[in-house]
Amino acid sequence: MIMRREILPLSIFLAFAVLPLLGNFGSDAFILSIVTRVMIFAIAAVSLDLILGYGALVSFGHAAFLGIGAYAVGILSAHGIREAAIQIPAALIVSALFALLTGAISLRTKGIYFIMITLAFGQMAYFFAVSLAAYGGDDGMTLPGRSLFFGYDIAQSERAFYFLVFACLIAVYAACRMIVTSRFGRVIRGARENPQRMEAIGFSLFAYQLTIYVIAGTLCGLAGFLLANQTQFVSPAYMTWQRSGELIVMVLLGGLGSLNGAILGAAAFLLLEEGLSHFTEYWKLYFGPFLVLVVLFARGGLMGGFKRLTGTGDGR
Amino acid sequence: MTVPMLELRHIRKNFGALNVTDDVSLTIPRHELHAMIGPNGAGKTTLIHQISGLLPSNSGTLLLNGEDITALDLPQRARKGIVRSFQITSILPHFSTLENVALAVQARSGSSFRFFGRADREAVLNDAALAALTEVGLQDRANLRAGLLSHGEKRQLELAIALAAQPSVLLLDEPLAGTGPEESAVLTDLLRRLKGRLTIVLIEHDMEAVFSLADRISVLVYGKIIATDTPQAIRDNPEVRTAYLGEETA
Repeated sequence: MIMRREILPLSIFLAFAVLPLLGNFGSDAFILSIVTRVMIFAIAAVSLDLILGYGALVSFGHAAFLGIGAYAVGILSAHGIREAAIQIPAALIVSALFALLTGAISLRTKGIYFIMITLAFGQMAYFFAVSLAAYGGDDGMTLPGRSLFFGYDIAQSERAFYFLVFACLIAVYAACRMIVTSRFGRVIRGARENPQRMEAIGFSLFAYQLTIYVIAGTLCGLAGFLLANQTQFVSPAYMTWQRSGELIVMVLLGGLGSLNGAILGAAAFLLLEEGLSHFTEYWKLYFGPFLVLVVLFARGGLMGGFKRLTGTGDGR
Repeated sequence: MTVPMLELRHIRKNFGALNVTDDVSLTIPRHELHAMIGPNGAGKTTLIHQISGLLPSNSGTLLLNGEDITALDLPQRARKGIVRSFQITSILPHFSTLENVALAVQARSGSSFRFFGRADREAVLNDAALAALTEVGLQDRANLRAGLLSHGEKRQLELAIALAAQPSVLLLDEPLAGTGPEESAVLTDLLRRLKGRLTIVLIEHDMEAVFSLADRISVLVYGKIIATDTPQAIRDNPEVRTAYLGEETA
């Protein structure tokens, strides 16, 4: 059973690992760059799945952390600090602090109010970024280049950057897998099913939920760091509420609370977006009904379908 | 003079003008099985909510083993040893029966801010959980998903969860509710075994069970305790008969 459960994540990661080796992608490395983007959003979606899927906390402001991570790169670069060993900790720490502050307030509410208040905080972050006139304001800013790693410009090549993102995805995925099966993760999963039962046996849930919120925000900050590096461009557009919504769609599309699903969902979303937009600029016209069909007929998202096909999992 | 396990002093709860709990004072010594009876709407469940911390009281003081715990909320009181069951079965339906109980063990055993190691493979937690399941007779169901248990088994599971949380005071809100005669006999036997080992406050409509189990009984009518006494004295109390038992047997 354990082996069967590992087949899907192993196949996913194997696919990511061999893709760049499958011959030459041409000078623009178009596919490589799309898959890099998929993996970056997979990190963001996996982090959102921690709170949305495992914690049943519907955060509608998760893109704020993408923006914070990206602006950490942008602002530091603008001051000549291109060293990743400084940028990454800055991105993570600011993301964590933002999560701590907004989470401490948001988690005092439940349900629809939680959705609205996280949306409000996300919008605050967005408009704050818009107001940063020194850093491009509404238009954003172009970076001088990718971050340096201990002084070396190793991420400049698309292929090297691809593997850097891949390594980050594996690390984030492994950390999240560990968290959700740990004692801590079990409390979070229990609270998703029956918070009152959990409180009645002595768990003060606020502290646990705030912790998972901070972890999720911090990991998404890492995705922001990578996103800024990939595009070598930073703008408030990274943290619009539409982007937060897209992250939710990715997680739902893949299947809530399964981590693997979040990766599949991010891939399906971005590849469909890419594919459909080749045919028509009104691609969302087709994407919308597709989503409706998934929600109606493939409950549990892609993961739900996968589990039904293979007979693994508990049918949740 | 020993300190009572649980002491309620002038506990009140009102929803608007409605006094659901009207100046209730009650002293429950250690290891007593104290039953709470009364007609529907008497405020029994509300009182359990107030003792467990699920509902804050409007006024009054609650002492656990002499310590004032009035200001503590539900999880804090649970950690102090007041553990409750719910009138409507409250379990984690997608967790295994064992994990339902293991979580309660986990709540009382070390920190749960541990991010490494699989919780479902911790022998310390699983062994204690299995012991609690064995206590209620559910050991054969350990690996079954809790949502698939029969109603009576879910009631047993809820008791196992409460026991695993190592309560000093166990609050049971109609543990026999909705069970058939056989299931009810199993649960009554279980309560009889628990009696004398820990302090139990029991709300129950099954009068046969109540009168055979309780050390003392309090009768609650419209939020007021009209009598607290031994089962025999309660049975003979004319006021109680008119207020409650009379209506039942008539």
